[in-house]
Amino acid sequence: MSRALTTFAPFRLTASLLQRFGLGGRSLVIAVPVLWLAVFFLIPFLVVAKISLSEAAIALPPYLPILEWDGERAIFSFNLGNYRYLLDDPLYLNAYVFSLKVAFISACIALLVGYPMAYYIARSPEPRRTLLLTLVMLPFWTSFLLRVYAWQGFLRSNGVINNFLLWTGLIDQPLVMLQTDFAVYLGIVYTYLPFMILPLYANLVKLDPSLLEASADLGARPLATFFNVTLPLSMPGIIAGFMLVFVPAIGEFVIPELLGGPDTLMIGRVLWSEFFSNRDWPVASAVAIAMLIALVIPIMILRNAQAHAQEET
Amino acid sequence: MTIKEVAALAKPWVSGSAQPFVRIQSITKKFDDFVAVDDVSLDIYKGELFCLLGGSGCGKSTLLRMLAGFETPTEGSIEIDGQDMAGIPAYDRPTNMMFQSYALFPHMTVERNIAYGLLREGVRKAEAMERVADMLRLVQLERFAGRKPDQLSGGQRQRVALARALVKRPKLLLLDEPLGALDKKLREETQFELVKIQETLGVTFIVVTHDQEEAMTISSRIGVMNAGRIVQVGEPAEIYEHPNSRFVADFIGSVNLFAGHVTVDEADHIDIATPELEGVIHVGHGVSCSPGQELFYAIRPEKLRLSRARPDLPNTFPAMVDEVAYMGNLSIYRLRLPSGRHLNATQVNLSRHVEDAISWDENVWVSWDDNAGVVLTR
Repeated sequence: MSRALTTFAPFRLTASLLQRFGLGGRSLVIAVPVLWLAVFFLIPFLVVAKISLSEAAIALPPYLPILEWDGERAIFSFNLGNYRYLLDDPLYLNAYVFSLKVAFISACIALLVGYPMAYYIARSPEPRRTLLLTLVMLPFWTSFLLRVYAWQGFLRSNGVINNFLLWTGLIDQPLVMLQTDFAVYLGIVYTYLPFMILPLYANLVKLDPSLLEASADLGARPLATFFNVTLPLSMPGIIAGFMLVFVPAIGEFVIPELLGGPDTLMIGRVLWSEFFSNRDWPVASAVAIAMLIALVIPIMILRNAQAHAQEET
Repeated sequence: MTIKEVAALAKPWVSGSAQPFVRIQSITKKFDDFVAVDDVSLDIYKGELFCLLGGSGCGKSTLLRMLAGFETPTEGSIEIDGQDMAGIPAYDRPTNMMFQSYALFPHMTVERNIAYGLLREGVRKAEAMERVADMLRLVQLERFAGRKPDQLSGGQRQRVALARALVKRPKLLLLDEPLGALDKKLREETQFELVKIQETLGVTFIVVTHDQEEAMTISSRIGVMNAGRIVQVGEPAEIYEHPNSRFVADFIGSVNLFAGHVTVDEADHIDIATPELEGVIHVGHGVSCSPGQELFYAIRPEKLRLSRARPDLPNTFPAMVDEVAYMGNLSIYRLRLPSGRHLNATQVNLSRHVEDAISWDENVWVSWDDNAGVVLTR
């Protein structure tokens, strides 16, 4: 393969050109993800950061430039008002706190639901294990939006669940489930459960069964074995799964929009309304940047602590 | 006490009056259609170091795992110290196991690994730590108490695993290839340590191994297993000098095997003719067989004598030296018989002057005593 490439004239030419600039095969391989991150993450992030520092205006685009040239002087005007606005209006702080709370509780529920499932899959014999893993991933084959809509059909007053409960006679009034926080939790846990199960499975499947036997042999009952051996050894999987649910759930927009009530104020919804309803791009950008900082800092602290813990062992 | 009584005490399996400590009765284990352990019965006495010896897949590990409680027998029963083990889970059995992979908990220090069993048992922390310290002293790992398993060498890990299995003072210690992961020299040192610890603590050991030398060195008795069955049980010398089948003769040590038939069948001797030797093999004792019966004759390489002059022994045959492997303490000769058959013979290097020794391409006489070999009927 590589031989065929190097003997093909245009490739040889390109390769020798790149080599002249000190770009061998190895740095090229690294260059691809770096370039990707730069184009699709760093540059947009800087654009958003820039917008968050500008002033809103009724214009196209709907904000004033931060660098102005009046013929003689270049005037930089950083408008920190957007950030102060976030602090002044309790709406934003409340939305942040509520988002963190929803994301945290959802991640905890997903962990409690996902752990036994991941454990069961990891302990299943081979043909069944593949089948179960496929079933876990199967929902991804249907549009996420469609699945959340389907939940509306289940949860509404004359939906499947209420109709069933009324038919059995367990209730005589339909339960209010749609447009509640309960529906939001349900939607988030349902949607993000695979992201919890997969890293947990990947961790648990590597767990050496002889460790469990050793624990039993030393007199530990199954529950003691779980808490003393299985759980501590699956901590990396728990952290990975927790983060994979917690982080995207904070900024979740579709689920609170479709399943939540009008008072389910999550930061994703605030962002949306700032951006599309108020057309206040600078404040929307400030919300986005603030959320990123509020997220990145705790994650970095956590990772730091983990790295330290790793070094100590 | 008479000598006989002392011997009976040291070897309870000889007298037959002692109560076996572990009693395995016609145990069978099937995995679907595969029979891993096939109708095994075995009595093991208190204070023994019993080796289950066999090649891979012979069922020895499965048998050990049934004793530990990790596998349920399909049929048969296991009694330990008079107590039937049926339905008793691994965590309630008076046994501890040392795993082939050691199975040390990677997230715990050496100290906590060893203390694990005691704390599960509800031993108070102070007392547990004292016993852990005693154990660390026994296996000479005091300085490594705070380390995690991945910071230890293979030999150190092996000793932690042993300490962890011993600290609960089990009635019966099960060891699955305990020395398998160590290199040769360390293994030999550890063998003696293992025996010393076993004698000091008086715990009954059952060791699974595929290494026949190891089994010979450490055990009081050996149970040789093949294809799920116990083929012979006996003391090391018994197994080596009196194998009861071709399989055991071949598996333990090296052996020269002849297939032949009985030509003379007398009460005090028999003769065996084999196409591979010119002349017959004289056996100096009676064997329960019939004239013309097909059987096998096994002779160990160290029982063969090589000489340039023809000796006056009942079994003397001409041969040519094909190869010599000099091992230092002894030399292994590969001899070719006129029939083309090869024989292995080992000779102790008594002299330091190797120039005089029998060498390549020499025509020699190979001979052996008429009681040196074993007649095998199966």
